Amino acid sequence: MILAVASGKGGTGKTTVSVNLARVAGRHVQLLDCDVEEPNAHLFLRGVLQRREEICVPVPQVDASLCTGCGECSGFCRYHAIASLESGALTFPELCHGCGGCSLVCPEKAITETGHRIGVVETSEADGITLIQGRLDIGVAMAPPLIRAAKSFLDEGAPAILDAPPGTSCPVIAAISDAHLVILVTEPTPFGLHDLKLAVDMVRELKIPAGVVINRVGLGDDRVHAFCREQGIPVLLEIPDDRKIAEAYSRGELAVDALPAYHAHFENLLFRSRELYRAIRSEHHADLRI
Amino acid sequence: MKVVFSTSGNTLDAPLDRRFGRASNFLVYDTETESFTVVDNRQNLNASQGAGIQAAQTVAGTGAKHLVTGHCGPKAFRVLNTAGIAIYTTDAATVADALRQFLSGELKTTGAADVDSHWV
Ligand code: SF4
Ligand code: SF4
Repeated sequence: MILAVASGKGGTGKTTVSVNLARVAGRHVQLLDCDVEEPNAHLFLRGVLQRREEICVPVPQVDASLCTGCGECSGFCRYHAIASLESGALTFPELCHGCGGCSLVCPEKAITETGHRIGVVETSEADGITLIQGRLDIGVAMAPPLIRAAKSFLDEGAPAILDAPPGTSCPVIAAISDAHLVILVTEPTPFGLHDLKLAVDMVRELKIPAGVVINRVGLGDDRVHAFCREQGIPVLLEIPDDRKIAEAYSRGELAVDALPAYHAHFENLLFRSRELYRAIRSEHHADLRI
Repeated sequence: MKVVFSTSGNTLDAPLDRRFGRASNFLVYDTETESFTVVDNRQNLNASQGAGIQAAQTVAGTGAKHLVTGHCGPKAFRVLNTAGIAIYTTDAATVADALRQFLSGELKTTGAADVDSHWV
């Protein structure tokens, strides 16, 4: 089962929820950090690096001696990643989405494809958790291909917790698109509610079942609770605005390790997430993957 | 000799648009005939990325070797440079003012992009 943890904005505690969940999930759980622009799950885990692989996407390479500057390639490319000039076509690998279209339309067969590195996927082991993280190279704008590459490292036979990037844009969709259940982490504030609504729209669009974790309860008001009730979205866990959690982090400890009560809360979250998924799966078992 | 100006209008009195990639038009002035034509760049107004590249390709397509604008980002700069187009930056208010500056030799060519990508 792939359990994704997402949030409509950054800073809600999404990564700490992911890491704490992975910690209570027992041996052989995989934690996939899909926040490839700023992976940070490793900061909580201190794993030992096992493997690092470079990830490349195909980008066009132009043979200037064959190119006539006809403009077919640049006319085709909707990302403006190739410009045609009389002296030959010019490529911008950082904008290229690797669709291969330009080489197909080139009448002179002047375009071939070559690999352009966008980042790395690193796998490390930390006390029974296999941490897989994508890390985008500086200046590269294309997170989705790297996120898909990182996901290809998942062992389908073992459970996985997937820490999605913040927000509701393409990288998030690439991350959560084949999750079985999404846990949306939010805060009980007006901003939290606003971003939660966007995130709920996104998961409904993708037809992925979802539950909510409300973090820092006690901080704001009860409108997030009311929204979840109205929309029939289960609140799977409420984490109080507790100084002890922050103190544990400042010592580099996870809440579930430092505070036994939280160990039980996160076990309960995992249990309720699985139950929710099972309940939904048995309702329409034909539509959902296992 | 042809000189291109980025502008939001289609006359010499029109404002010079200082954003190269997202200017709505390019005014192509021919110093020999003292006449001009206007090339549409509006396809780029909504491009999220790469507007400068497309705009630079449009300018190269006019055959001009001189461009007068406000700011030029690094990607557009690369295209213009490869096409052998000299770039002059100005803060003149109108195309006519910029043309006067250009003809009197007041404008210097820039040797590098002067803004980050997202300015173009
Ligand atoms: S389509 Fe081929 S020949 Fe035409 S400009 Fe592009 S690379 Fe050159
Ligand atoms: S491969 Fe696709 S995205 Fe990349 S330059 Fe060619 S047409 Fe554009």
